[in-house]
Amino acid sequence: MAKKTVVTAEINGNSTEFLCEPRQSLLEVLRDTLHLTGSKEGCNNGNCGACTVLLNGKPVLSCLVLGVEVEGAKIETVESLAQNGQLAPVQQCFLEGAALQCGICTPGFLVATKALLEKYPQPSEHDIRFHLANNLCRCTGYDKIVKAVQTVAAQ
Amino acid sequence: MQDLYLGKTNYKVIGQRPVRHDGADKVTGKAIYTADLHLPNMAQARMVRSPHAHAKIVRIDTSAAEKMPGVLAVITGKDFPDLKEKVALMGEAGAVNLQHLSANCLAHDKVLYKGHAVAAVAAKTIHEAAEAAKKIVVEYEPLPSVTWVLDAMKPDAPLLHENNRTDEMGQKGDKPSNVTVHMAFEQGNIAEGFQQSDIVIEREFKTASVHQGYIEPHAAVAMWNEDGRLKIWTSTQGSFVCRQQTAELLQIPVSRVLVVPCEIGGGFGGKITVYLEPVAALLSKKCGRPVKMTMQRNEVFEGTGPTPGSYVRVKLGAKKDGTLVAGEAWLAYDCGAYPGGMIGPGSMCVFSCYNIPNARVDGYDVLNNKPKTQAYRAPGSTQAAFATEQVIDELALQLKMDPIDIRLKNAAKEGTRRVDGPVYPRIGFIETLEAARNSDHWKSPLPGKDCGRGLASGFWFNIGGASSCAASVMEDGSVSLIEGSTDIGGSRTSIAMQLAESLGITAEDVRPQVGDTDSVGYTFLTGGSRVTFATGLAAYKLGLDLQAQMQDRAARLWKCKPEDVKVDGGVYSHNGDSATFKELAVKISQSALEPVVGKSSVSPEGSTNGFGTHIADVHVDPETGKVTVLRYTAVQDAGKAIHPSYVEGQMQGGAVQGIGWALNEEYFFDNKDQMRNASFLDYRMPTCLDVPMIETIIVEVPNPGHPYGVRGVGETPIVPPPATVANAVQRATGVRFTELPMSPPKVWKKLSEK
Repeated sequence: MAKKTVVTAEINGNSTEFLCEPRQSLLEVLRDTLHLTGSKEGCNNGNCGACTVLLNGKPVLSCLVLGVEVEGAKIETVESLAQNGQLAPVQQCFLEGAALQCGICTPGFLVATKALLEKYPQPSEHDIRFHLANNLCRCTGYDKIVKAVQTVAAQ
Repeated sequence: MQDLYLGKTNYKVIGQRPVRHDGADKVTGKAIYTADLHLPNMAQARMVRSPHAHAKIVRIDTSAAEKMPGVLAVITGKDFPDLKEKVALMGEAGAVNLQHLSANCLAHDKVLYKGHAVAAVAAKTIHEAAEAAKKIVVEYEPLPSVTWVLDAMKPDAPLLHENNRTDEMGQKGDKPSNVTVHMAFEQGNIAEGFQQSDIVIEREFKTASVHQGYIEPHAAVAMWNEDGRLKIWTSTQGSFVCRQQTAELLQIPVSRVLVVPCEIGGGFGGKITVYLEPVAALLSKKCGRPVKMTMQRNEVFEGTGPTPGSYVRVKLGAKKDGTLVAGEAWLAYDCGAYPGGMIGPGSMCVFSCYNIPNARVDGYDVLNNKPKTQAYRAPGSTQAAFATEQVIDELALQLKMDPIDIRLKNAAKEGTRRVDGPVYPRIGFIETLEAARNSDHWKSPLPGKDCGRGLASGFWFNIGGASSCAASVMEDGSVSLIEGSTDIGGSRTSIAMQLAESLGITAEDVRPQVGDTDSVGYTFLTGGSRVTFATGLAAYKLGLDLQAQMQDRAARLWKCKPEDVKVDGGVYSHNGDSATFKELAVKISQSALEPVVGKSSVSPEGSTNGFGTHIADVHVDPETGKVTVLRYTAVQDAGKAIHPSYVEGQMQGGAVQGIGWALNEEYFFDNKDQMRNASFLDYRMPTCLDVPMIETIIVEVPNPGHPYGVRGVGETPIVPPPATVANAVQRATGVRFTELPMSPPKVWKKLSEK
């Protein structure tokens, strides 16, 4: 087992230093070391999207990124969405649109939606479905999630 | 069934769509799921699982693992108490052989499926636990295995349990067999019925095992304290059932076990039985630290419950006008490695939508080398509906009848006797068919070339069962509610709304929490579409209790008799004095009167009934065999939709799970009975790109057994989809698909044989 490395990254706007084994994923670092447990582990295999975070503004699956890889990077997790005690519009729309049931996939969907809307501020239904197809939800049937994204885009 | 329906149709809270109480926690990432817990000095654990589908365990050597860095404890099946053939009643799961339940947590002398857990390691970090797990040496003697249900029934099939004898209507068979139970129901005279029929159709159907596929893997944290008390945080559908199972398996009194349910990331029936909790508990006892166990996704697929794979044969006889005269069904469902599958409800549901005067149903529950099957949303009903609803569709085609007409002609209604005995009270099946007929979808033109429209119906029970709630009126006039039902999909809100309605306050004025097993009375599991119905009934009764106490306090403030205090829509009054619930609560808190605290518990008996009818338009690509669902409508009787958004959500979610089951999902086994697609990449559940919007129509035919008429809605939506899609594919291609999933290779092959 290799020694731990010191990594410095900007996480949710804060310059953050952490110690990390080379084999630890970014998801593991976020959840177990930094206690940012909003990002969820659904498959640890890059297939479910529950651990989606923004890495330098781009959505990535944090279970497929190593902790040591994020040196100097800017990372945003679901915990960064609400600001100054106010939910972000995307959170408000998911909440009011009943776009969650068990809620385990919700953080990943919210982060992926943020990335989608930055690229496509006026997405078509197909754009939404295409760009969120990496995020699995087993409860909602996606209907209300797609509608919540449409609602936030229309605002 | 006791008639409790109040006959009201105007509500202040019920039928509204308030923001759910736990919503902000969930959209901010603050909600605490089990794997989010970090306790001081906590260890992490990993399982060792069988690489064989069937094998004797000759030897397990844990010595090398125990010497690995960071390792704190190693256990095997031998660390579990020997329970002999002890049987415990586990509610919906029925009578459970505890030795089997124990051996399913950690195998004792034999592994019965690939992925069967054989040992567990706790270490300081998860990586150390994983490294050490690799050092555990297990010597196996592989045995022949079987995974297809009909193969497992053959007399020369590999036997999973040497001592299993078929229970044939209460009589035990004389030879060992993989068939655990044969059950049969009959009414009328089927021979005469088929003689009187003008048309008889018999078909065979096969379905693959599919998984519930919740996004949160199983997780548990156990802390066995030095005082002998065990505390468990877990992702479970039933904290009390988890407590009971864990206590029985470890042979400790339930009073020594405290189960704290965390938020659950989905369950659908798959998070009722224990897998990790007793193992984490034994590891914790051994190392003196809290121990966290979480499954990897392949472990979820290979080591937890799929729903049964099935073989179903259905024969129906009808008159020329479409009236059903006779029916015969023969069902064989696999139960996986241990007895106790879903054949009972499957057999009860196979003809449950129709009035068939002469009918017989035979059901077989069969052991095979797959993980022990578990409930999955209307367990057993989808497989049965896949068969019956296609034979009905074929009858309609041959008789040149409209698929809704033939169903209306034979639809079960109040007074219809199901083949297994019960007579329906007021139900809303006909209303779902009429709503489907009146829908925009049904009236719209067909989408185009290679397209077809299908329709199918489905049935599921709503069970009752024990439910408890407690509440206290707070000093600002809001109410804290503690309930025993774990909340998977928003039930905290549907229960809080029922309490709010009965008190005349707003949903936001109730603060609901799911209690741990020490803080609220016994509550049966979240399953059987029972929570909004039964726990909602408890909340309604709790409201009556709190209201009576408020009347009493008002009477003492206003110096009159409690019965002279009038209550109307949450306003309490007597002569000139008047106060809303909130104002009165504030006054009580400022007086010397005792606080208002209430509790209630119910155990409604009997089951009520949920019916749904679905419509699908599909396109079938003749080049590739890919079926695309273009439009989908789900109609369902909700009795009364407490929170319509979440009722729609259940209908949409169930429909999409059913579409996945219809088109892609399956346990794919190789020739060594190893599951080869144990990941979300290869198992292929629907993504949002695979499905259209799911249109919903909620029908409200009140359930006479609930004051607001509630029927549970969680499970029925998964029953019709595979048959709906198959009927649509038939209309698109002229070919009837009798095997699930209707995946592109299978569809292409069958179309090319046409």
